[in-house]
Amino acid sequence: MEQFSHHAALASPGATDTFATCLGARLFPGDVILLEGPIGAGKTHFARALIQSILTVPEDVPSPTFTLVQTYDTTRGEVWHTDLYRLLHPDDIEELGLPEAMTDAICLIEWPDRLGSLRPDGALSLDFATTEAEDARTLTLTWQHDKWNERLMGCLP
Amino acid sequence: MEDNLTILALESSCDDTAAAVVRQAKGGPAQILSSVVFDQTKLHATFGGVVPEIAARAHAEKLDVCAKEALIKANVSLFDLDAVAVTAGPGLIGGVLSGVMCARGIAAGADLPLIGVNHLAGHALTPRLTNNVRYPYLMLLVSGGHCQFLIAHSSSDFTRLGGTIDDAPGEAFDKTARLLGLTQPGGPAVQQEAQAGDPTRFAFPRPMLNKPGCDMSFSGLKTALRRARDEIIAQKSGLTRQDRADLCASFQAAVTDVLSEKCRRAIEIYMTEAPSEPLIAVAGGVAANTSIRAGLERTAHENNCAFLAPPLSLCTDNAAMIAYCALEQYRNGDRGKGELVARPRWPLDRHSPAMLGSGRKGAKA
Repeated sequence: MEQFSHHAALASPGATDTFATCLGARLFPGDVILLEGPIGAGKTHFARALIQSILTVPEDVPSPTFTLVQTYDTTRGEVWHTDLYRLLHPDDIEELGLPEAMTDAICLIEWPDRLGSLRPDGALSLDFATTEAEDARTLTLTWQHDKWNERLMGCLP
Repeated sequence: MEDNLTILALESSCDDTAAAVVRQAKGGPAQILSSVVFDQTKLHATFGGVVPEIAARAHAEKLDVCAKEALIKANVSLFDLDAVAVTAGPGLIGGVLSGVMCARGIAAGADLPLIGVNHLAGHALTPRLTNNVRYPYLMLLVSGGHCQFLIAHSSSDFTRLGGTIDDAPGEAFDKTARLLGLTQPGGPAVQQEAQAGDPTRFAFPRPMLNKPGCDMSFSGLKTALRRARDEIIAQKSGLTRQDRADLCASFQAAVTDVLSEKCRRAIEIYMTEAPSEPLIAVAGGVAANTSIRAGLERTAHENNCAFLAPPLSLCTDNAAMIAYCALEQYRNGDRGKGELVARPRWPLDRHSPAMLGSGRKGAKA
């Protein structure tokens, strides 16, 4: 499969919100977005902005670090927001029900390196990095599945 | 209304599995007859972190053992109980469901009412369990997953004054520990390190202090800490012990300042209700941090408010608080007649607007 990638600058948290909102509106169940980057790079910020923009009923979108998974009913279908950092064994990912969710729901996955062999080929990977400027981030998008070409058209930051 | 009430409660909404029996004579103080917690932290400390108990099956395997142990330790039988209670949310749905199923089985078998309890209400009522404090009191729930100011009016009536719009302070402590190579859970590790540190060396942000209200933000703090760390590393290719201690102390000072100032504002709002015995209680693991605790206590006293921090064993997840909450619900007429639904999210205050979300709007969650 061909590998696509795109590099972008996000000048402010607002720029991240704009991208998240644009992409959120185009997602379908079965879409998996892998959120990569170190602590404080903006992974949860992106996920929160995306979820908030498609929630059926406005509600809190807390960090999933402690609860591992937060699920939401949205206008695009069910969304799973997960943080795998605390998981140590691939078995835990199965127990969590994530493989099923990756087919049936929209998944936003933080610390996807924990997925190991369960990492789906069709996912969109968003790698966030901090910059010299306090509020600015860089974002590297990579994907193989060509469905993302459509999803991202006109949304790319 | 029964004078003497005895309730068995199960709790499995988070990492731990717990069961407890609580008894209360009408008008008297509540008595914790037993409180059993299967703690994962100790078991997995060697792995350098808390391994979350994600498997519903693992909770299920421990729940009945836990319940039995709680009954034996309390020296009561199922026939001595007036009701069975269970955490019905918020939390990880698999765990919550296991608890609900197990409790439903016990209640059906013993022909007892089954009372569903909100995990957060359990935490919020802990000051009544331990010290029988009077409504309305002000509550700060501050832990790994939560941070909110609530006024407690009754076991089912809470007003949320504000809280974090992103990370909870406990999470900020954990991530600080991760960034500095300290052990998990981060709270005790950072506090220990901060003892030898200079809290004024790094001017970390105090987010949202310039905004009115009781909302807080802690997410930016970890970013600021990371930048400060990276700057030092760039300068001298590493961190000294002193650098790390100073980073911890400065971080802790920032969290303390934010919580103390927002606490002052929360007390101000609470006082407009003219409570007969003004009191602020702090529950949650973060209340164990001595710097934060001292800051909150000072703020309370400066504002003519009593300060209470229940013992840590009752501030972290446990089933005694669930049993106590059910006791109050029972006295208010809850006999578990409604359908008991396991709920992953269940905000205590359904009237105040949602606040978590990039600061734009304003549950475990």
